[in-house]
Amino acid sequence: MKILKNAAAGTVESSDAYVTVEPLGEEISVEVESVVIEQFGEDIERCAREVLAELGVEGARLVINDRGALECVIRARVETAVRRAGGDLS
Amino acid sequence: MSKLVGSIKEAIRLAGLRDGMTVSFHHHLRNGDYVLNAVMEQIASLGIKDLTVNASSLFDTHMPLIGHIKNGVVTKLLTNYVSAGIGRAISEGVMEKPVSFRTHGRRPADIALGNTPIDVAFIAAPTADKEGNCTGKEGRSACGSLGYAYADAEYAEKVVVITDNLADTPPASPSIEGKHVDYVVAVDAIGDPRGIVSGTTRITRDPVGLVMAASAAKVIKASGLLKDGFAFQTGAGGASLAAAKFLKEIMLKEGIRGSFGLGGITSYMVEMLRAGCFEELLDVQCFDLDAVASIKEDPRHKEISATRYASPLAKDAAVGGLDVVILGATEIDTSFNVNVHTDSNGYIMGGSGGHSDTANGAKLSMIIAPTFRARLPIVTDRVTCISTPGRDIDVLVTQSGIAVNPMRSELRERLVDAGLPVMDIEELKARTERITGVPKKIRRGERVVAEVIGRDGELLDVIYNVPER
Repeated sequence: MKILKNAAAGTVESSDAYVTVEPLGEEISVEVESVVIEQFGEDIERCAREVLAELGVEGARLVINDRGALECVIRARVETAVRRAGGDLS
Repeated sequence: MSKLVGSIKEAIRLAGLRDGMTVSFHHHLRNGDYVLNAVMEQIASLGIKDLTVNASSLFDTHMPLIGHIKNGVVTKLLTNYVSAGIGRAISEGVMEKPVSFRTHGRRPADIALGNTPIDVAFIAAPTADKEGNCTGKEGRSACGSLGYAYADAEYAEKVVVITDNLADTPPASPSIEGKHVDYVVAVDAIGDPRGIVSGTTRITRDPVGLVMAASAAKVIKASGLLKDGFAFQTGAGGASLAAAKFLKEIMLKEGIRGSFGLGGITSYMVEMLRAGCFEELLDVQCFDLDAVASIKEDPRHKEISATRYASPLAKDAAVGGLDVVILGATEIDTSFNVNVHTDSNGYIMGGSGGHSDTANGAKLSMIIAPTFRARLPIVTDRVTCISTPGRDIDVLVTQSGIAVNPMRSELRERLVDAGLPVMDIEELKARTERITGVPKKIRRGERVVAEVIGRDGELLDVIYNVPER
C-alpha cells in the first residue's frame, strides 16, 4: 500500500495511542514515544513494523504517541492511520 | 505574658531556631496549605541552614521546599507521604541524605520516644485563641480534624500556632490545647479552601472499578466478619468508595449495625454513619466538605489523634480494632508485598500514610486494584518498593479474579465456598501478562534516596534514584 497523504488515528487518553503517518520516499521510519518506553518500547516498535509489513506499506513515517495501549490497540490504531493515509478503503 | 507575636519571622526568632534543628508541620490543609511555605520562606530569609523538616505529608503546593533543599536550608526530610512533584525531585536525587518515610502511626511513636525530636512545631490552625487553643472545625479555612498535629504539639520543644481566625474566646473543645503552645501568630490566610478539602472523593463510574468494588463487597460478606460490631476503613480512591457503597447496601439490607468507621473520612463514611451502619466515626483527617461539616455538628463523628489512630505504642490504637480495611496499590508482588511509594517507573509518588498501620491492625486487609493500568501489570515478581509487607495483606481483589494470601487458607475456603473467582496470585499474574505482554525490568540508580520505615520501626526497604533516561 502506498501512503498518499498525512493521516492519524487514536487519542492521547490513558491506555490508548495516537498514531500519525505521512509519506516518506521508499523508507519506513517508526518513532515511538511512550509512558512505558522502558518496559514496552521495543515491543511497540516491533508491533508497528509488523502491521506496516502486513499491509505492504512502502515509504512511511509513522509516529506513535503511546499512553500505555495494549498491543491489540496499537495494531488497530496503526492499521487505521495507514488505511486513512493510503486512500484505499478496501 | 502574651503569646501573640506580630509575625512568623518573629515567632521563629523567639523560638530560638538555629542551624541543624528540626521543624515540623501537619498536613490537614493538604494541597491548600500556605503555612509550610510561609514558614520556610522566613526561615530561609533568616539565613538558617541544615534543617530537618518533619512533615506528616507533603503536597505539590509545597514545591518551593525543593528550592530550600537546593539552597541548603533543608537537608533532611521525614514524612509519611509525598505527592508526585516532590517525589520526582527526590527520585532525581535532589537531596544528599535519604528521605525517611514512616507510617501515620510510626511518626507519633518516634516523636514520643525521642527518636525524632522536634525543636519547633508549626501548627496551622483554622481557629485559635490567644493562648493557642486550636480547632480545625471553625473558620474560613476549616479542615475538620487536626489529628496528625497532636504529637507535634505535645512533644516539640517550642510550639508556634499560626491562624487566620483569632478567636476572642477558646474553642468549646480545643483539638490542641494552649498548655502546649508558646507563640500565636495571626495571618491573613493559612490556606486556600479549594485545596484544603478535595471535591474529588467520588464513586468511580469506570465499569472495571465497579466490578472490583462489587467483588470487594462480596469478599467482605463471605469473610464472616460482617456482623454487628463491624469496624471498617476504606481509602478515598474511586473503587474503594464504590466498595463502601455496595457494603452499605448489604449492611442496610441485612440490618447489620457496625461499631466504628475509621480514617481519613469522606462523605461516604458520613452517609454510612447517618444511615446507621456505624455507631461512630473516628476521624484523624477530613477529606471533603461533608466530613468537615459532620465532625463539627455530629457528636458521633469524633476527632482522634494519629497516636490513637495507629501508633504502635498506643494501647487503644483504633487500627487494632478494625475488621476490614480496603486499600490501594501501585504494585503487589507474588508474596503479597505492596508498593504505594513509587510508580512503575520508580518515581516516588506517594507513601504509606496509614496503609501499613491499618493492614497490620485489621483482621482482613484487602487490596483492590485493576490487573493492569496503562499496560503495566499490577502483580509483579517483586515490588519496586515494599511499603506494606505481604504478611499483613490478606487478599487481592481485581476485576478478573481474587487472590488470597496462602497464609490465610481459611479465608480462601470461605471465598471459594461463596462461589467467588479465587485463583493463585501467580495465575492472576500469568493471565494478565497474556494480555499486556511481559514488561522489561526498569533500570534503577545506585544511590539510595529514601528509606521506608514500617509501623514497628523496622527498615522495610530502600528506594533508589531514577537515572536519567
